[in-house]
Amino acid sequence: MTSIGTGYDLSNSVFSPDGRNFQVEYAAKAVENGGTAIGIRCKDGVVLAVEKIITSKLLKPGANKKIATVDRHVGIVSAGLNPDGRHFVARARDEASSWRNVYKAPVPTSALANRLGSYVQAFTLYSSVRPFGVTSIVGGWDSESELAVDGQVGTGPKSGAGGRVEGAKAGGPGLYMIEPSGLYWGYYGAATGKGRQAAKAELEKLDLVSGNLSLVDAVKEAARIIYVAHEDSKDKDFELEMTWISSLDGPTKGRHEEVPKELFEEAENAAKKALEGEDDEEDEGAKGTANEGERMEE
Amino acid sequence: MIGHGATGMLGEDGIHVDMNHLKSGEVNLGTSIMAINFKDGVILGADSRTTTGAYIANRVTDKLTQVHDTIWCCRSGSAADTQAVADIVAYHLNMYGITNNEHPSTQVAASLFQELCYENKDMLSAGIIIAGYDPRHGGQVYSIPLGGSLHKQPFSIGGSGSTYIYGYCDANWKEDMTEEEGIKFVRGALQEAIKWDGSSGGVIRLVVLTSKGAVRHLYLPDTGYTGPGATQS
Repeated sequence: MTSIGTGYDLSNSVFSPDGRNFQVEYAAKAVENGGTAIGIRCKDGVVLAVEKIITSKLLKPGANKKIATVDRHVGIVSAGLNPDGRHFVARARDEASSWRNVYKAPVPTSALANRLGSYVQAFTLYSSVRPFGVTSIVGGWDSESELAVDGQVGTGPKSGAGGRVEGAKAGGPGLYMIEPSGLYWGYYGAATGKGRQAAKAELEKLDLVSGNLSLVDAVKEAARIIYVAHEDSKDKDFELEMTWISSLDGPTKGRHEEVPKELFEEAENAAKKALEGEDDEEDEGAKGTANEGERMEE
Repeated sequence: MIGHGATGMLGEDGIHVDMNHLKSGEVNLGTSIMAINFKDGVILGADSRTTTGAYIANRVTDKLTQVHDTIWCCRSGSAADTQAVADIVAYHLNMYGITNNEHPSTQVAASLFQELCYENKDMLSAGIIIAGYDPRHGGQVYSIPLGGSLHKQPFSIGGSGSTYIYGYCDANWKEDMTEEEGIKFVRGALQEAIKWDGSSGGVIRLVVLTSKGAVRHLYLPDTGYTGPGATQS
């Protein structure tokens, strides 16, 4: 960063001579210090998980949730500055509710991600504001069944609508990650925050593209990945937080909910166990692989 | 109606309807409109008479208005109001298609129509039937009567002429009709509506919405028609 200290990093509305916006890059730095957050998208649902760093022993365990519900079928988890994440979620809720007001239907995950992307991007344009200090993962399930218009009276013919095409694209899982620049992509597996490199490496091993991973298995993998990602900041205490959204015929019926206690504990215990095993193997092995991963960062 | 109808709708007793609720000179679609579900999609139908009072302002009006590729509506009430509403909905559906990179469903169209008709109910006289086809949901028929409520129906009839064909429709309606049967049903119903309703007349226009897209039909009152889907006149 040769242009650092030459004044080009003080304002959003000024590019550096080599075409960079330093304020956005600094915001990304803020994200890199946040607790690891991940999302996994599988055929029958989406899992969100986060490593919540405990900053004080006086905080009530299980309180102060980091994963928020935006609409019944959408959840958001962020890494970076917590207050920015809260504001981001508030905006997402406004967008979801305004969509409902106009279209009398739940907002599709893709449309919500698009609007949030535009919102975040606007904060990179003006000198009076700073970019968001969060990268957020948006997970949702778009209903695969026919949706009624909210408040409609009556139904169509008893025999069902005519001319329906079997297998026409209808609903399904959605997972998007929005960065401080406003950039967003859709993902099979997304990771952000401090341990993102380790998490990404683990996510890639899951072969999510093939669609063979079930939602319940994804919950267990998510727990394990958060524990793996925490290895590099072992000195800090953390709480695992996980939510999921299943298909309509799945356990959450298309809603964004906390992973039930039983499954959560099963997943967390398995994660701890898997890590203990790994530690034993790695005792003699070379250390410092995480730093190597860090250098790969673009 | 107390105070002789500058506004219209129901009188204070809630029973007597002010039939002269239009502003002087306002163009009215004293109308017969309908839309039905059938095996492969939906069919919309309408007469073609537009009146200003007793004068027929247009005898070949098109009351079947396209708001998206395979989402159409039948308009009844004030010509100006319903055209304006349909234009606004068409704009929003177009924008929806572009920004969300997918065709809007019939539900989206219906909710946009309802929002406009309900929020502006004091200013509008519009009775609209929405019918659309999309591959995911198939054909669907929605009706939005005067107050702005939204009804999903197997078939829907509307306009002043519809009062004369409740019996006909009840006796002849069946679900899962073929296209030919559906067209015969709509034509038969609208012929009766035109016959009995003084404010309906002219030609019968139909639109058939299926996976193949939108196909228009025109049936003249006297001569036999031999276009697509023609049955014996």
